[in-house]
Amino acid sequence: MKARPSLMERCLAVPSRIYRARTAYLFLLPGLVLFVLFLIYPMAYSLRISFYDWNVIKPLKSEFVGLDNYKALLADPIFRRAVLNTLAYTAITVPAQMILALAVAILLDQRIRGKTFFRVAYYLPVITSWVIVTLIFEYLFNSQAGLINYLLRDLLGLVGEPIRWLADPILTMVPINLLGIWKGVGWSAIILLAALQAIPAELLEAAAIDGADPWRRLQHVTLPLLRPTLVFLLVVLVIGGLNLYISVLLMTNGGQPLDLTHSVLTLMYKETFDRLNFGGGAAISYLLTAFVFVVSLVQIRLLRQRVEQ
Amino acid sequence: MFLSTERSWVQQAVVYGLLIMGLVIVVVPFLLMISTSLKPQQYTFEYPPRLIPSEVSFTNYVQAMGKDLFFRYFLNSLLVAVLTTATTLLISSMLAYAFARLDFPGKEPLFYLFLVGMMIPPVTLIIPQFLVVKALKLYDSYAGLVIVYVAMSLAMQTFLLRGFFEGIPGELEDAVRIDGGSPWTIFWRLILPLSRPGLATVTIFTFLYSWDEFPWAHVAIKETTRRTLPIAIALFQNQHLTQWGQVFAASIVALLPVVLVFALFQRHFIRGIATTGMKG
Repeated sequence: MKARPSLMERCLAVPSRIYRARTAYLFLLPGLVLFVLFLIYPMAYSLRISFYDWNVIKPLKSEFVGLDNYKALLADPIFRRAVLNTLAYTAITVPAQMILALAVAILLDQRIRGKTFFRVAYYLPVITSWVIVTLIFEYLFNSQAGLINYLLRDLLGLVGEPIRWLADPILTMVPINLLGIWKGVGWSAIILLAALQAIPAELLEAAAIDGADPWRRLQHVTLPLLRPTLVFLLVVLVIGGLNLYISVLLMTNGGQPLDLTHSVLTLMYKETFDRLNFGGGAAISYLLTAFVFVVSLVQIRLLRQRVEQ
Repeated sequence: MFLSTERSWVQQAVVYGLLIMGLVIVVVPFLLMISTSLKPQQYTFEYPPRLIPSEVSFTNYVQAMGKDLFFRYFLNSLLVAVLTTATTLLISSMLAYAFARLDFPGKEPLFYLFLVGMMIPPVTLIIPQFLVVKALKLYDSYAGLVIVYVAMSLAMQTFLLRGFFEGIPGELEDAVRIDGGSPWTIFWRLILPLSRPGLATVTIFTFLYSWDEFPWAHVAIKETTRRTLPIAIALFQNQHLTQWGQVFAASIVALLPVVLVFALFQRHFIRGIATTGMKG
């Protein structure tokens, strides 16, 4: 004798679209609530704040100021300097990371002993938090007893006086940029190594038999095949560069001296949480987000065109 | 492998030479941190700087741990990281299951919404998140940290797990369904057990992210006793500019779990990075 099927069984036997959709929505619910409440809504909220002279204590008494926050920013020399610092950091650290990472990946792709050891060692700066590596670099570039000044002055004799790296707005950019490169290379190298290993050995052997030297093989076989990976890296690294934050915040003590060393995001922090100008801070964050979106769209577009050609 | 077809002794030497040069640049800063943490305070600014301490002492460790509620900060970080990881695992695998295995109206646009979420620079969200968390009375609480960390991790981890779930053969699922199993049974008894490597990858990345996170914890926590390690270390350095030995001793203790997790799960790590492009 067969028992009468339960409601649930009947629903499963004849999978009605509604029942299945309901189940799916139950699976989605917790994640979607968190995602909307703490990501999508804040994103929209921030846009609104950026049009107000935001009153943190009494938000309802905030005054609508239209585009004034944005206008004030674009006219502010400190903001322009922060943008310049951030763009320079991106323009310096992104190509440097990609070239060095490609070199490391190619070296690690050779038949060598201790491959795992090298791979783990090169990855150490990546897994170490920004806070800790920033402190290490601050110590390395210390003016009195830092290793860098010792190397430059006593070992190489390149400078006479110890350089006061962290006291000058231009010189401070040296440790900040070097740190960005030093910390990032291992990550790009691992991605490039995976891509290199996916290239069939026969292709390179065939090129070698045809008489192509290593340099030509790199130029005409490896690099074209790596193009999608390189563009992916370019997009991610540019976004990372524009998001420059922790190292600057800690190393320059929040834009010192004279607010000349800010990145876009440290200035956003200062406007918002030190000067309590939430509207201005939100405007900065919106300009950056918009810029990041445009840059990534352009880069993805370029990737498509080149692949199609 | 484009060098390997005509390997000579000289080429091998060049490869190792370059790799070791890179190794020195990568490792020396860490060695300097370790050695400074082991030097007595008066040697912090010794000149010339020494990589191998002339005198080894653990005073910095003893002082750093005894100071400023260090143990408390360590526990705070652990609590926040464990709660964030457990919640992210559950919620992102539920999302991934729906996207990989179930049909529902609005699937495509919702998935794109998540992808767009992955593109938002996290630090740009701290202002509105701060206001939302304040409005929900979660400011200056562990919950305020955990809930935002989970929300920020969801998109990427869901994306990763969806790939794993899609790789599980549909016949297995049909077999469970014919036996009368509901989608929940399929999720708990079939999909999750078969996706252990994927879940391990999510665990590692989420744990490390929440263990190291600085920008949000920096604005979301006010009370000293609720600080996490990255905040405590950064502020300690700010207050005691010259006590590098203690700063580095604390940093090394904070770094140990990270290195341990990395050493144990190296393969998951590399795969996670190579397949999704997550940052460590």
